[in-house]
Amino acid sequence: MATLTATDATASEGLLVESPARRAWRRLRRRKGAMLGLAVISIFILLAVLAPWVAPYDPIKQSWSLVRKAPSAAHWFGTDEVGRDLLSRVIFGARASLSAGIISVGIALSVGVPLGIVAGYIGGWVDSLISRITDAMLATPFLILAIALAAFLGPSLGNAMIAIGITATPIFIRLTRGQVMAVKVEDYIEAARSVGNPKWRIALFHILPNILPPLLVQATLALATAIIAEAALSFLGLGQQPPAPSWGSMLNSAQRFLTNAPWMAIWPGVAIFLAVLSFNLLGDGLRDALDPKER
Amino acid sequence: MLPFLGRRLLQLIPTLFFVSVIIFGLQQLLPGDPALIMAGEERDPDVIAQIREQYRLDQPIPVQYVYWMKGVLSGDLGESMRIKKPVLDLVLEKLPVTAQLAGMAILIALVIGVGAGIVSAVYKDTWLDYGANIFALWGISTPNFWLGILLIFLFSVQLGWLPASGYVRPGEDLQASLASTIMPAFVLGNAIAAILMRHTRGAMLQVLSSDYVRTARAKGLLERSVVLKHAMRNAMTPVITLGALELGTLLSGAVLTEQIFTIPGFGKLIVDAVFNRDYAVVQGVVLVTATAYIVLNLLADIAYVLANPRLRS
Amino acid sequence: MTIRNRLIMTTVLAASLTGAAQAQTHLRIGLAEDPDVLDPTLARTYVGRIVFSSICDKLFDIDEKLNIVPQLALSQETSADGRTVTIKLRPGVKFHDGEPLDAEAAKYSLERHMTLTGSYRKPELAQVDKVEVVDPTTIRLLLKAPFSPLLALLTDRAGMMVSPKAAKEAGDKFGNKPVCAGPFRFVERVQQDRIVVERFADYWGKANVHIDKITYLPIVDSTVRLANLRSGGLDLIERPLATDIKTIRDTPRLKLVSAVELGYQGLTINLSNGPKASTPLAKSARVRKAFELALDRDAMNQVAFNGEFMPGNQWVNPQHPYYQQTVPIPKRDVAKAKVLMKEAGVTGPVIIDFMVPNNPEARQVAELIQSMVGEAGFDMKIRVTEFATSLTQAEKGEYQAFLIGWSGRTDPDGNIYAFAICNAPQNNAGYCDKPTEEALNKARTLSDPEQRKHMYELVAKRMIGENEGHILYLYHRRVLIAHSDRLDGYRPMPDGLIRVVGLKLK
Repeated sequence: MATLTATDATASEGLLVESPARRAWRRLRRRKGAMLGLAVISIFILLAVLAPWVAPYDPIKQSWSLVRKAPSAAHWFGTDEVGRDLLSRVIFGARASLSAGIISVGIALSVGVPLGIVAGYIGGWVDSLISRITDAMLATPFLILAIALAAFLGPSLGNAMIAIGITATPIFIRLTRGQVMAVKVEDYIEAARSVGNPKWRIALFHILPNILPPLLVQATLALATAIIAEAALSFLGLGQQPPAPSWGSMLNSAQRFLTNAPWMAIWPGVAIFLAVLSFNLLGDGLRDALDPKER
Repeated sequence: MLPFLGRRLLQLIPTLFFVSVIIFGLQQLLPGDPALIMAGEERDPDVIAQIREQYRLDQPIPVQYVYWMKGVLSGDLGESMRIKKPVLDLVLEKLPVTAQLAGMAILIALVIGVGAGIVSAVYKDTWLDYGANIFALWGISTPNFWLGILLIFLFSVQLGWLPASGYVRPGEDLQASLASTIMPAFVLGNAIAAILMRHTRGAMLQVLSSDYVRTARAKGLLERSVVLKHAMRNAMTPVITLGALELGTLLSGAVLTEQIFTIPGFGKLIVDAVFNRDYAVVQGVVLVTATAYIVLNLLADIAYVLANPRLRS
Repeated sequence: MTIRNRLIMTTVLAASLTGAAQAQTHLRIGLAEDPDVLDPTLARTYVGRIVFSSICDKLFDIDEKLNIVPQLALSQETSADGRTVTIKLRPGVKFHDGEPLDAEAAKYSLERHMTLTGSYRKPELAQVDKVEVVDPTTIRLLLKAPFSPLLALLTDRAGMMVSPKAAKEAGDKFGNKPVCAGPFRFVERVQQDRIVVERFADYWGKANVHIDKITYLPIVDSTVRLANLRSGGLDLIERPLATDIKTIRDTPRLKLVSAVELGYQGLTINLSNGPKASTPLAKSARVRKAFELALDRDAMNQVAFNGEFMPGNQWVNPQHPYYQQTVPIPKRDVAKAKVLMKEAGVTGPVIIDFMVPNNPEARQVAELIQSMVGEAGFDMKIRVTEFATSLTQAEKGEYQAFLIGWSGRTDPDGNIYAFAICNAPQNNAGYCDKPTEEALNKARTLSDPEQRKHMYELVAKRMIGENEGHILYLYHRRVLIAHSDRLDGYRPMPDGLIRVVGLKLK
């Protein structure tokens, strides 16, 4: 059964047909978990964007007499090992972690989806080549790939994003390919071809819009994984460089002070947890909302 | 069935070839000179030159690759530069450790994930659904290195119930072995639980709304027996195949978790080898784990196709 | 039964019970890393030396005051011209496989260090021309030139003796099953898991060995290592964090032992290696002085290490006999620093590419330095680099400042020579100064400590006092060992190695 494309929303029969986007949104609203996730993500994004105005202190200003102080009225989250305010660092850290998630998934999408379409639609030896390489990348331990890439590119947040993006690409290739292969035998594709549309037009305007829903779901879930991957790389010293904050590098510094100053580890960990959980809830909700079998 | 199997087996070869190229290439990309790292603080140019010659580090890259592959195809995975032990020995040493950890993690994941998935599907859209959801998602939402450190702090330092790190073989002392692996297995299993939960829930929902379940309900069978007998049996297939896949991922070694808990498995071996530029170890171990992963994938696919005769055509 | 007999029986019973309880004393030691290969000729890690302390004895050892004392050798005599060293060996010593340690075995061991492919001891013994056997318990070393640091080197791996039979059979695989002459013999090793050694029954000093078995467990994470000690899983750990010292002191069952290290932690400035050496920092001693004056070493020690480590400004620590009192640690003076910068003609912030090793302590110190010198007009761009990459980049001069230390050697020559001689292997900053070279070369041929110290004073004045040199020495760590109170008899040694002779477990 073909999914209606956005262009069909203007029903020429005069019936008021709900566009798929609206339907999805309505169904998403019903899932409380997804709404909660969306709310938390929005808060994080707001904090990240408005960080300079919201944060109480300069996140890299050191204060050697206030080293590792417990949470207090002056410093709600306490201070870190060189006396910086933890609340400010968590807020500014949201910038690094969220942008890392968004950019790496962006890279994975912009490389993976086209490759998946090519593999799925063209088939033949091109498909075999792409599929085997994808399988090979999926068989290699993800963190090793990421570490090696990040070490090769040089330690920085930007390079960590590239490394994570590259390691996330195979999943999108495989997903896209599978979706394309399922969709390309549909009638409307057959129709478009018989009219004389060149392959690239079919791919861009007929196939792509119809495979977006599962891609969207996967992208949301991949965002969650990317944030944790950034934390892992920064934890290993391969991501955000000091003194700029990121939740992962904050955990790296906090490791030594678990007994003396546990608050240093708790707040960035909680932030990661909330952000990742929210993306997961949203992704699951999206999957349900976009499921064509649901009413 | 047979042509399917044959085709998949044939695909194994190019895939493994690409794995070897990827991992070999990555090692070469890594900045840093292994000879220098071997030398560490002692920096005599003659000694360094000798090391380079001994391990063929001064040869062109394609030549090094060929030497390595020749060895691999004849069963010799090379030797660790750092400790002068054959890679194959190291692999055989670590395999039982990682296998034990992986096995326990999958068990924990099955219990948590499948349980939560069933609850979530049966009580869909209620608070139990969301609760089970969050409970299972908790696993992939928490960075495992953070969770690991917190668990050690709680259970080893504060409560003293479990050892903070280290590994005891089951052969030596079964109870101590379980005590030393339960925390890392839990950290690992947690993450997989979420994925299993999702699929259990999806599969259960599909089955629960299907015709024959509706028929069973219409016949008046007890809800519980409907759920347990019919729904679960059919929902298990994708879950089991997924479990096999995740097992493959686990076998690659949970890198950070092993580091924190000091479990001498594959993960720790690989990551240390990367940082020490011990090429042979990284290449050899990744090749082994990738092979295992691909084979498990294949077995999972076969099982899936066998269980669903409709897919065979 | 009479009361007397009953008493005797009870005492005998009690004695046998305590005897049974003392069946096997097992010491569990937590290491900070997994050692590399356990072959004294091919080994290069610090933790490896810790394990060697129990299995491989050396010709000489050091005491707490850094004096050279006998171990496998009883005495030595250096000729007047400094080119012949005659060493008398301890008679009756056996290797773990029963082979005797005689002059032939000693000659073999030394020659193995000097000639085995890939030997890291070669540069250490480079000045030795030949080793001769004089009689079954005496060997003679003929040197190419007088070399006073030689004896100190023989108190480390270069002086470790290996069984010729085992070494010949195993070749370069000797490290998988080392056979030496130490108080403990190697039993088994599981990579990254444990190293097990047990008491050697025929050890020459067996009267002082009270422990039956030692297991070394490498646990990389310092927090986890300490957690193991606190929960009773380990008896002794090395390198607890400075910031955990308070916790250890507050725990009644634990003891903390420390000694100032032989090495140093410092900042190396790229003076002339490659195109990156183009900053004012590289070109002007005045700018380097300004940099140093902007640092507050005491505050650094306080914030990063709770004041537990020791600030320093030379290649030996302030308590070392070779420390030059005439070149003291300068106090922080940002105003003067700014004046110096202006005098040097610097306008605007000086941007420095700051390479920092990937460990939390180094990162924290780097951030402190960045903040401190920021006030004097330096903009340090921190680049956390993992160890492997940093070595290569340092060689090629791809840095402008590098936060790197040195683990230290017994003889002061070992802390400065390879770093300050023109084109020396460890000198990747391109420092080259004739007067420094001459003084350092002279110092290693003299044997009188006062004369040597005077030579080193010239070097210190030039490199440190006048900021001509490339290394800014910052602080000296303490070798920290924490152990449970069940362990008796542990004495801190400046090299931080865990000597097991004399230890008792209750």
